[in-house]
Amino acid sequence: MITTQGLTKVYRSRGKEVTALDGVDLHVRPGEVYGVVGTSGAGKSTLIRCVNMLERPTAGTVTVDGVDLTALPGGDNRAGRELREARRRIGMVFQHFNLLSSRTVQQNVELPLEIIGLDRTARRRKAAELLDLVGLADKARNHPAQLSGGQKQRVGIARALAGDPKVLLSDEATSALDPETTRSILALLRDLNKQLGLTVLLITHEMDVIKSVCDSAALMRGGRIVESGALTDLLADGNSRIARDLFPLGEFASGHSGHTVVEITFQGDTPAQPFVSQLARTYQIDINILGAAVETIAGRMVGRMRVELPGGHQDNVVPIGFLREQGLQVDLVGAEGVAA
Amino acid sequence: MTWDQMQELLWPATWETLQMVGVSSVATVLLGLPLGVLLVLTDKGGLLQHVPFNRVLGAIVNIGRSLPFIILMVALQGFTKAIAGTTIGWQAATVPLTIGAVPFFARLVETAVREVDGGLVEAVQSMGGSTGTIVRKTLLPESLPALVASATTTVIALIGYSAMAGVVGGGGLGDLAVRYGYLRFETGFMWVIIAELVVVVTAIQLIGDYSVRRLSHRGAVPRRFRPEVVDLPGEEQAEPASTR
Repeated sequence: MITTQGLTKVYRSRGKEVTALDGVDLHVRPGEVYGVVGTSGAGKSTLIRCVNMLERPTAGTVTVDGVDLTALPGGDNRAGRELREARRRIGMVFQHFNLLSSRTVQQNVELPLEIIGLDRTARRRKAAELLDLVGLADKARNHPAQLSGGQKQRVGIARALAGDPKVLLSDEATSALDPETTRSILALLRDLNKQLGLTVLLITHEMDVIKSVCDSAALMRGGRIVESGALTDLLADGNSRIARDLFPLGEFASGHSGHTVVEITFQGDTPAQPFVSQLARTYQIDINILGAAVETIAGRMVGRMRVELPGGHQDNVVPIGFLREQGLQVDLVGAEGVAA
Repeated sequence: MTWDQMQELLWPATWETLQMVGVSSVATVLLGLPLGVLLVLTDKGGLLQHVPFNRVLGAIVNIGRSLPFIILMVALQGFTKAIAGTTIGWQAATVPLTIGAVPFFARLVETAVREVDGGLVEAVQSMGGSTGTIVRKTLLPESLPALVASATTTVIALIGYSAMAGVVGGGGLGDLAVRYGYLRFETGFMWVIIAELVVVVTAIQLIGDYSVRRLSHRGAVPRRFRPEVVDLPGEEQAEPASTR
């Protein structure tokens, strides 16, 4: 649904060049919620703004729903007619909501419909529908200044959906909100994704956002995507940075010498099996649990556990084999295993 | 001078002032608003960025603001004749009044429009809005309270400028005050005229403030756009002069 190829953005200011995006290849499948995570300055904001050409990339292409937006004429601020029309099918929500204070909630939602050229009656009907969808039907006549942050973002979402977009871009939509409101806004995005089959590309600096709504994720650093994929695949990968950040087990001493430390990752139904006690009983070994976390990610139960087994790696080939037979992902931590 | 004699002079002069200021205010808003918006749009990073055009426009505005109004009035005589068809009377005064106030108002408009959050512009762009849409549906409505406050300040400045209209026989309250108060030593009459000007200026300011409050849905109006309600007559007289 959204594909970028070799997307590069270089800013020039006072003779200096700053590369905000450095050859980003992104592939967002139809109907999924895709999260781009990274620290500030990683380029994620530039990336999402390049997707609807609010920023014109220096090089590379952006294709949204089969339309190559980079091929449409228009500079940063002077979009041509074709680009403007393409943008009507891409909704966008913002960190600071960007609602017009001079308009009521309903008039704010009607704005994109005015741009499309809908008549008054149709606009009213559509706005009422959208406000109902986001649960703010009773606030239609209020001004944004009278709403809470979460309510403002709901209006922002209703407005973004006015043009019946297939794609919704979310630029740190929950970063200005408290944790509880964040959860309700994310739940709304998830519902809309399911109900309307909306493809959502969101950027965030919070791993919690990725954890609670995303099907896929990408990690950005220094203008590049350093890792990306479906969350379930990433979690199964012991080397995944995203999985590690989603699951902070903390920093551990790598166990005592002469012991073997392994990380066990389980998904879906596997935690139903009492594998730790089975292992202890079957092989008569003492297992020391160093850390563990269980979370629901993308609707699936996922857990990760770090345990210490007595003896060196050679002594534990059989127990590790046993765990792998149970369908668990086992990674060695330490000298020859993954880096802690 | 009796009160009856004063009244005979006062009412026609009041009417002249109101006509002069009224006509030139409307013309100033009509010309200054697009000019101010254009100053923002063509500036660096603006929606219609065109730096050379912006520089030229800015220079013209600055020149317009530097010329003393009294010089402007004399210098523009030919132009006034072409527009108003005469070089004397209050009608003739409206042309230099407008030319003098347009750059002033345009700068105020520029500041007001610049205050509109860039995020709103971006939001409308992301909806597929054109530059025209952004101006009509975002920049102007969002800055409307500040624009009304700017217009109020401009109208009051025009009342100050209009005091000099006597030079071209424009009449008005200011001219009356100069002729009777200064040239004929009718100090009492001068104070009556000043009192009337205070009332007029205060009334305009109050109407302006009220409109700003009604139009603003943002909570408080930013302080810099809230014209102060003047309660000291001395300061009030000083204000239009200092804005020139």
